[in-house]
Amino acid sequence: MKYVNEFRDGNIARGLAAAVVAETQPGRVYKIMEFCGGHTHSICRYGLEDLLPGNVELIHGPGCPVCVLPIGRLDQAIALARRPEVILCAFGDMMRVPASDRLSLMKAKAEGADIRIVMGSAEALRLARENPAREVVFFAIGFETTTPPTAVAVKQAVGLGLANFSVLCNHVMTPPAIQAILDAEDQGGVRIDGFVGPGHVSTIIGTAPYEPFAAKYRRPIVVSGFEPLDILQSLLMLVRQMNDGRSEVENQFSRAVSAQGNRKAQAICEEVFELRPSFEWRGLGTLPDSALTLREAYAAFDAERRWQIAYAPVPDHKACACADIVRGLKKPTDCKVFGTACTPDSPVGSCMVSPEGACAAYYLHGRFRDAKVG
Amino acid sequence: MCLAIPARIVDIQEDDRGTVNLGGVRVPVSLALIEEPRLGDYVIVHTGYALSKLDPAEAERTLALMAEAGITTAHPEGAA
Amino acid sequence: MSQRPLFPRKLDLENGRVDMSHGAGGKTMAQLVEELFVASFDNPWLARRNDQASVEMPAGRLVMTTDSYVVSPLFFPGGDIGCMAVHGTVNDLAMAGAKPLYLTAGFILEEGFPLKDLKRIVDSMADAARAAGVAIVTGDTKVVERGKGDGVFINTAGIGVAPAGVNPSGERARPGDVILVNGPIGDHGVAIMASRENLSFETSIRSDTAALNTLVAAMVEAVPDIHALRDPTRGGLATTLNEIAHQSGVGMVLREADIPVRAEVVAACELLGLDPLYVANEGKLLAICAAEDADHLLAVMRAHPLGSEAARIGWITTDPHHFVQLETRFGGRRIADWLTGEQLPRIC
Repeated sequence: MKYVNEFRDGNIARGLAAAVVAETQPGRVYKIMEFCGGHTHSICRYGLEDLLPGNVELIHGPGCPVCVLPIGRLDQAIALARRPEVILCAFGDMMRVPASDRLSLMKAKAEGADIRIVMGSAEALRLARENPAREVVFFAIGFETTTPPTAVAVKQAVGLGLANFSVLCNHVMTPPAIQAILDAEDQGGVRIDGFVGPGHVSTIIGTAPYEPFAAKYRRPIVVSGFEPLDILQSLLMLVRQMNDGRSEVENQFSRAVSAQGNRKAQAICEEVFELRPSFEWRGLGTLPDSALTLREAYAAFDAERRWQIAYAPVPDHKACACADIVRGLKKPTDCKVFGTACTPDSPVGSCMVSPEGACAAYYLHGRFRDAKVG
Repeated sequence: MCLAIPARIVDIQEDDRGTVNLGGVRVPVSLALIEEPRLGDYVIVHTGYALSKLDPAEAERTLALMAEAGITTAHPEGAA
Repeated sequence: MSQRPLFPRKLDLENGRVDMSHGAGGKTMAQLVEELFVASFDNPWLARRNDQASVEMPAGRLVMTTDSYVVSPLFFPGGDIGCMAVHGTVNDLAMAGAKPLYLTAGFILEEGFPLKDLKRIVDSMADAARAAGVAIVTGDTKVVERGKGDGVFINTAGIGVAPAGVNPSGERARPGDVILVNGPIGDHGVAIMASRENLSFETSIRSDTAALNTLVAAMVEAVPDIHALRDPTRGGLATTLNEIAHQSGVGMVLREADIPVRAEVVAACELLGLDPLYVANEGKLLAICAAEDADHLLAVMRAHPLGSEAARIGWITTDPHHFVQLETRFGGRRIADWLTGEQLPRIC
């Protein structure tokens, strides 16, 4: 696979890792947050932490849309799915996340709700065309990477004159989440020295939105690709910035990301979506201007308006530490139920379900490290 | 969810549809988010949509920088 | 006086459909059995037209297995539910080191299922059985109302005989043993995905469904004391190795770079966010043997058509946690965990 395999080369990886080792200053701790769940997953999949020196501490961030979606939002999806006329289309990652009343999308499906796993909005649109007598609802989650595909689907629905397609919109935004992490530092949040910035989100939004954070909070941000060499190179760039006392936005993922991003995608999103004044996030609290809803012109495709769905906040399970984990305050192993009551088989919280969640990643990788197997 | 992977455009149809090839696997994708897609272009694909083009020159440059980082480093004692 | 033929009109295998009378136990069912199953499977046991089969068993340890097949779609690149049913049953027996001998085949048919498709499936089973050297000696037919079954479900049982001294079993892996696989993994699961309506990509990947009994026969002849054999079907290689690790009370380390995977399977898995280690196989086996036997066993496997790409992929360790670990290409390590279950429904 061109432009994939080259960025997984073991020899170059070892060279980059050696460079990180060589350039970290002994006695100094480098606390780096990788914002994006995709990076968490990649770090785990390639065992990258094993290659890093002990004073580079990777803190997993909130960039996992499954992890930051509060239970109340999932309950809305389940309630809709239970309506006999509805076909709810959801990403596979969401199926096993625990909701209220001991339910999940998977359990609701077993009880008879018509829930289909889709790979994207296009499939949901297809189901709407194939099932004119049913109401097809696309449970749209995701950061800015996934938002444009939803916008395209909505516009296509308009073009097709579909009367039975709607979106339950839970798209969230990256810069407000980064801001929330940085703002929380004064209130007992974790102090982050530098960020590995999201890669695919940045193909859409560009690197410009990160400039204010670098300037105001004086923290380096390196926008990174997802292959292991990308992540290692980004860590090297961050270490160098920290050693030099710089706080710049650097673009390691220059082959896919530009400063201004994908203007066409941005325009399509601008046309279809507008900001919600506020939105509750797991772990980050209720944030202003951090999530999207459909504009009035597209109200007919908004599931919330179509079915007059209200939002009722639902607290997480008492023992669940996901809220602290998504903002780096706790490690998965700090959670009382990690690996005992909460496992991928029987998850208590979302972080254990999503392949990008810190707990799921740590269960695969970190639990082995703690076990000190030879 | 962040699954996005570079693939080569091998066919362009009407209505912003196209086909990409990744390592011999052909997949239909939407090209609605791409400006002026061309056959042979590499694009990043996510949930059935091409998100952006990949710049081959930048890719080569990045790889060269990566390889260089290893060469210019003296051999350390080893990762901790 | 000339005898009237039992079935005055032949089954319309071209345009006919299964209806409720085909499962009712009467003449219509008898005709279906006669003109479709018996005609195709064509062996002396079925020719006796009893509800059971009397078979002669050679000396040795009797090995039995049972399986059900609910794969969707019924026909996929490289195979179908029929040949898969034969291969799967034969392979379960072979994994005990047994020579497979006799199979049963029970069919649950949905009302309305085209007889043309049923014949295609049955003929495929017959071909697979002949090629594997087994006979389908008895069976059963039931029909359920339209909507209550997914076209065809097949249940099988199989019996075979294992020689003395050949006893591969999941609890026999020992630290120091070597893990081998007979070829690239992930083909079946990806081939199924490609056929599914809601997954839209064309690949040249075919299911690897195959009977492994002749490969196993060659293997146990060369190394009678193979410690464990198992075919990594649903859940893939990683799940199967985790099962064995727990049964044997050991750990395992695999070298990621040594695990054979076709480039297109890698690409398809990337696109779908799947890990080939967890994707189903239907023509693969894992062998665990003593270190001193590994080279010889590998050579024997490679000499067989179903083992030409056989590879040594890892080794057994002492580990109280029974982890199956992966050495990544970068020398880092991660666990190949025992996951909850298959992400894709009904691929076997």
